[in-house]
Amino acid sequence: MHKMQKRSAKSIGLKKVIIVGAPNVGKSSIFNNLSGRYATVSNYPGTTVELFKAQVQLGSLNVELIDTPGMYSLLPLSEEERIARLILINDQPDLVIHVVAANNLERMLPFTLQLIEAGFPVILVVNIIDEARKEGRDIDTKELEQSLGIPAVATVSVLSSGIKELKKKITQELTFPVADISRRKLSKINYPQLIEKASLELEHLLTGKYFLSKWILSLLLLESDEEITALVKDKESENLLDSIEEIKQKLQKNISQPVEYLVNVTLKAQAEKISDKSVRLKPKKAASFSRWLGELSLRPIIGIPLLILFLYFGIYKLVGGFGAGVLVDFLETKVFEEIINPFFIGLFERIIPGGSINSLFVGEYGIITLGLRYAVAIILPIVGIFFFVFSLAEDSGYLPRIGALLDRLFKKIGLSGKAVIPIILGLGCDTMATMVTRTLPTKRERIIATFLLSLSVPCSAQLGVIMAVLSRRGFALLLWLGVISLVFIVNGLLLNRVLKGNRPSFHIELPPLRLPRLSNVLVKTYVRLKWYFKEVLPIFIWASVIIWLGQISGVFNLAVKLLNYPVRLIGLSPKMSEVFLFGFFRRDYGAAGLYDLVKQDVLSLRQTIVAAVVLTLFLPCIAQFLMNIKERGLKLAMLITFFILFFSFSVGLVLNNILIFWGVN
Amino acid sequence: MYKLTDAQEEILESLWIEIEENKNKPDTKILKDDPAFLELIDERLIDISRPHLFTEEGFKEAEKCVRRHRLAERLLADILDVKDPLMHEAGCKFEHGLHQGLEDNVCTLLGHPKTCPHGKPIPQGDCCRGFEKVPKKFILALKDLAPGEQGKISYINTKDKDILKKLISMGLLPGNKIKLLHRFPSFVFEMENSSFAIDKDLAEHIHVLLLDKDKAIKRGRQ
Repeated sequence: MHKMQKRSAKSIGLKKVIIVGAPNVGKSSIFNNLSGRYATVSNYPGTTVELFKAQVQLGSLNVELIDTPGMYSLLPLSEEERIARLILINDQPDLVIHVVAANNLERMLPFTLQLIEAGFPVILVVNIIDEARKEGRDIDTKELEQSLGIPAVATVSVLSSGIKELKKKITQELTFPVADISRRKLSKINYPQLIEKASLELEHLLTGKYFLSKWILSLLLLESDEEITALVKDKESENLLDSIEEIKQKLQKNISQPVEYLVNVTLKAQAEKISDKSVRLKPKKAASFSRWLGELSLRPIIGIPLLILFLYFGIYKLVGGFGAGVLVDFLETKVFEEIINPFFIGLFERIIPGGSINSLFVGEYGIITLGLRYAVAIILPIVGIFFFVFSLAEDSGYLPRIGALLDRLFKKIGLSGKAVIPIILGLGCDTMATMVTRTLPTKRERIIATFLLSLSVPCSAQLGVIMAVLSRRGFALLLWLGVISLVFIVNGLLLNRVLKGNRPSFHIELPPLRLPRLSNVLVKTYVRLKWYFKEVLPIFIWASVIIWLGQISGVFNLAVKLLNYPVRLIGLSPKMSEVFLFGFFRRDYGAAGLYDLVKQDVLSLRQTIVAAVVLTLFLPCIAQFLMNIKERGLKLAMLITFFILFFSFSVGLVLNNILIFWGVN
Repeated sequence: MYKLTDAQEEILESLWIEIEENKNKPDTKILKDDPAFLELIDERLIDISRPHLFTEEGFKEAEKCVRRHRLAERLLADILDVKDPLMHEAGCKFEHGLHQGLEDNVCTLLGHPKTCPHGKPIPQGDCCRGFEKVPKKFILALKDLAPGEQGKISYINTKDKDILKKLISMGLLPGNKIKLLHRFPSFVFEMENSSFAIDKDLAEHIHVLLLDKDKAIKRGRQ
């Protein structure tokens, strides 16, 4: 009663509804359906790193919806799951929506049970019910409601089916929640006696004010959950902590299996009981084509060629050939050089002829003639096509299979198959990829991945330009690929040797291979592009302004002169110094500068190869530099940056001399 | 080889657990009139003048009793699917049947388990020593399954919390049906309606009771 009163008093304000669930269950698309606003629809652990929030009107209620990163249970494994749980613990939700896949009800129900035990008002959403029905499984939501004591809805979120009912239940639950007492009784779980007893003892000891039920807190304390222990430490007296420790010790002495194991075995048994009652099975099993293909793609003998085909057609042909070739050519020469640039140059000549203000906008490094042109004519088509290809691989369920295929190889460089996702994403945008390294489970893996991304994974803008520049010269592209791969492997092997810590372990869920839905792929591409442009366009404009400032103040000349020494040392023309300097403001900016130089025929073949290699290895762009600081801390980011500065030019020096020795000019 | 009565075995077992595992000094006063206890003294398995009560022979015999009891429980839980309240009682009866090498056969059949269903360690027997991998068994670590073989997870053999958490998060818990699809380059398996890929380090902790018994026996003959 007391609790209900409290809730209705709060009902005047904004209601907070949090959506939780495992990856690949259609959480984001439930969110989109409820909010009417797009978020990334994720198919692997990792896209929903950032939170998606939306305010919506449901009936007469004002609701704030929050979509969280995927989580399997209340025990967090990765940084992301930790974040997801923190939101649950700290945000005081009025309602939690737990989304599960109908196909995997039994495996996901334990989390529902935990949420109920934690004292949250919960609605269970059984999503992707169409796929389950296709396989002969139907789910009786009435029965689920009975045994769990909470509302349950079956949905097909991508088809928006069941959403109306869900909305109705949300409004209902927010205004007249199912009485708390009956909920607790209905879902009473019988833990092993000793655990039950210890947990009850703890429950009565806790005196602080928490947003989670004291019962679940006690269980988590017994499971030695570090964060919960810290949380309780903050709110309880010193004495109490001692008695908590005592109870824990006593329990541990009497059972020799870890508490979390026994707790989860119990939860599982309960979940099984419930799902047995509510799942109607019609035996029907046919090995489908997609299943067969998914199987094959995991065999190295087929998987590796398939991966090479994917990289060849997806990255080389589509991103390099079509994006960086056809599209860039068209936008550059047809749109900008023939239409936009002449128009603005003419316009500014009429308003403010000559002078530095004029050159700020339409000069050699002008905001429009350089900044906007680079961003729209060179970067947009390349990055856009890459994100399209990546989203295609993601939506089809192919990405995690690459992880399973390459895990053994990645172990050699201190990473696991999980790192395949950020590394491949790095081929699109290293900055975004560095952010996604959060999905890696250990700090060691995150450091190795960040370093390799900074040093030797070219982003799509660089890739596109470099392919366009080098592919006309036969072996040059292969040589570049060889050197970059060698640097990647050698540095990875060394880091794996040098860094302390355990070897990573690998586990990943393989979602069924599905024909990608064009609408999903387009939405994902759009969301990523939007993120990219929000981040990139201002930097391009600012870079133009800074270069312009540097030019008129002379600082730019000085920096270029300083860079001239190492640049000459590796046998390049001084013109390349500018490209390197641009490169720092924006990695791809530098790449585009290289493109210009080659088009003007300033560089010899040897110079082009060396320039391409050094530029790929050279300092990450300023955006990535900032991301490195944000994710890895200032000290490590600086260390990485300085190492790369020296390393890239050293490789250039060696390569230049080898090429001279071979007689390449 | 001693021919012990059931009552004698019970005494040896509980004394061993008290002394070896709980590190307590048991009170023998309540036992001093027990005929079975007196027989044990007569047979020089127990010597109350010693600080640890057991003679060397007695210690070995007691350890074997514990081993038989826990193996019996494992057998009941994994193969015969007996649930907890019944298990202890049935285990107590069952253990006395496991003599003269039978216990080693059971141990091998179960894949040399390290713990009983309650997680207590099972003392090693001759059959466990020196055997990393024994061909003849029904329960195998997932890493030793052949592609296409399926079974039911019977237990998870690790105390490493991180590994445990990962396995729990995937729902890899006793009772689930599991089918191995690939061993290379990763261990890929199907469980319920999901597929997962894991590495060897994780796959060695998951123990599976083979469902296709014919196949299991064939493996045994290899």
